[in-house]
Amino acid sequence: MDSLKSREILEILEKDSRTTAETIAGMLGLAPTQVKAEIDRFEQEGIIKHYATTIDWEKAGVEKIIAFVDITVVPARDVGFDSIALRIARHPEVTSAWLVSGGSDLSIMVEGTSLKDLANFVAEKIAAVDGVTGTNTHFLLRKYKEDNVLFHDIEPDNRLVMSP
Amino acid sequence: MPEKNISGQNLKSLSKTASELPQSGIRRFFDIASQMANVISLGVGEPDFATPWTVREAAIYSIEKGQTTYTSNLGLIELRREISKLNFKRYGVEYNPDTEILITTGVAQGLDLVARALLDPGDEVIIPEPCFVSYKPCVSLAGGIPVPVETNDTNNFQVSLAELEKKVTPRTKAILIGHPSNPTGAILERETLIEIVNFACKHGLYIISDEIYDRLTFDGDHVMVASLPGAFERTITLNGFSKTYAMTGWRIGYACAPPEILHTMMKIHSYTMLSAPTPGQKAALEAARRGERDAVLMAAEYKRRRSLIVGGLNEIGLTCLNPGGAFYAFPSVRSTGLTSEQFAEQLLYSKQVAVVPGSVFGLGGEGHVRCSYATDSKLLKEALVRIGSFVDELSKVSVQPQSPKQKTDQLV
Repeated sequence: MDSLKSREILEILEKDSRTTAETIAGMLGLAPTQVKAEIDRFEQEGIIKHYATTIDWEKAGVEKIIAFVDITVVPARDVGFDSIALRIARHPEVTSAWLVSGGSDLSIMVEGTSLKDLANFVAEKIAAVDGVTGTNTHFLLRKYKEDNVLFHDIEPDNRLVMSP
Repeated sequence: MPEKNISGQNLKSLSKTASELPQSGIRRFFDIASQMANVISLGVGEPDFATPWTVREAAIYSIEKGQTTYTSNLGLIELRREISKLNFKRYGVEYNPDTEILITTGVAQGLDLVARALLDPGDEVIIPEPCFVSYKPCVSLAGGIPVPVETNDTNNFQVSLAELEKKVTPRTKAILIGHPSNPTGAILERETLIEIVNFACKHGLYIISDEIYDRLTFDGDHVMVASLPGAFERTITLNGFSKTYAMTGWRIGYACAPPEILHTMMKIHSYTMLSAPTPGQKAALEAARRGERDAVLMAAEYKRRRSLIVGGLNEIGLTCLNPGGAFYAFPSVRSTGLTSEQFAEQLLYSKQVAVVPGSVFGLGGEGHVRCSYATDSKLLKEALVRIGSFVDELSKVSVQPQSPKQKTDQLV
């Protein structure tokens, strides 16, 4: 398949992972079997990692405590940051982990059910890791946008029902 | 004070030209559809996206700063410069921002200005149809006579030179084309455009070229008429920000033409409009400078939807050419045995899907309906399902035909 179409399949799924292979095929002028095969390949090769849903938990009435933690690290010989980063990232409380430029080295997102839980987790399982020289924790107060979606009410379609 | 009464005896009549102006054929369907619940409308002639945020934000900032006065008659010079640059970059056509570009209140006003600048009473304008609903009224209101030329789906809505030659008279002043086309979505091929230009040169005609959908072409680059040999000095290019940047409500368009034509249009504009709305011009300036990313993303989305709807309609049995541009599919409904009005009306009543009958767009439109795909792809898919079941049911009942007359009567 040509690489532009492959990329477009990924872009469509990134926007809405529930778009069916049939619909994507319709959109791109391909056969559904071609699209299915391509998506299978993406999954097998780990290009598509998984299919998730963006949820407004606050609206759902579920309390979640989220924090961003900036971590400074002494890189280890040979493996650099990778070894420490993975050691940290494997914890289920850590929902995302990135190597970043600037004042800190790693930036992670952690999620828990209470402020105390999260604070303890950071103190005991992150700050205490060999090679970690400092942490700076920012608690999330409100979400405005996530995964390209604004967290506010959708504006209705105000267009005239018919126009020239 | 003259006494008014119900029969209007003491009141002279309204303008004959204006009174005789037909009401848009869309109106009746609009009235029905707007009273209905659960309608999926494929009848909308504007983007479903909101204007890109960068544009809205720039306009808000400009309003906050109190930039709310008139601009020059021609429009903001910065905006005219951006338009000039974009035309040159995309099409290699150089319009002088000081003398050859006029910011209008949408292409609709540009059309009105052109018609009034070019026409004396009785002058004729050749208009290939099906076409946008404003073309003929703008010509008539300027005292001109619209002379329609039919194009149709057998020739991909290309204009035939032979047909044009048949229509030309000593009173012919201009030819008015829109491409990519609303309602057919057809693009005029380069060869067709060259023929039109040569035809205009031969007869000394102006070319009015409405290119509002120029950035929505899906299978190749748009050809700007003014870029063709011999075209520049006789062509008035009309364009705007509405479709490319989802800015219909801002009402900002522009006209590009050689200085003498443009100056004449500007004179009319200076008395009747003064200047295009300033917040809209500021917004358009931002769109021209930083709207490209959004424009490209929206165009890509339209292209996907085109594929969905054209494939879907053909599968249903409503033969549909693959439109090269704009955001309209123009399928044939002849296989159903219904006229385009009957089809649109019955579809609306039985399945709550609104489409526009092709007949409202003039010659060559009968037998088709216009389906706008400026609608979310989920809704498009649902609309296709409904149209499919409508066509299925039609083919089942066609064994014992109902009287379509009776049905029509209930609706009027």
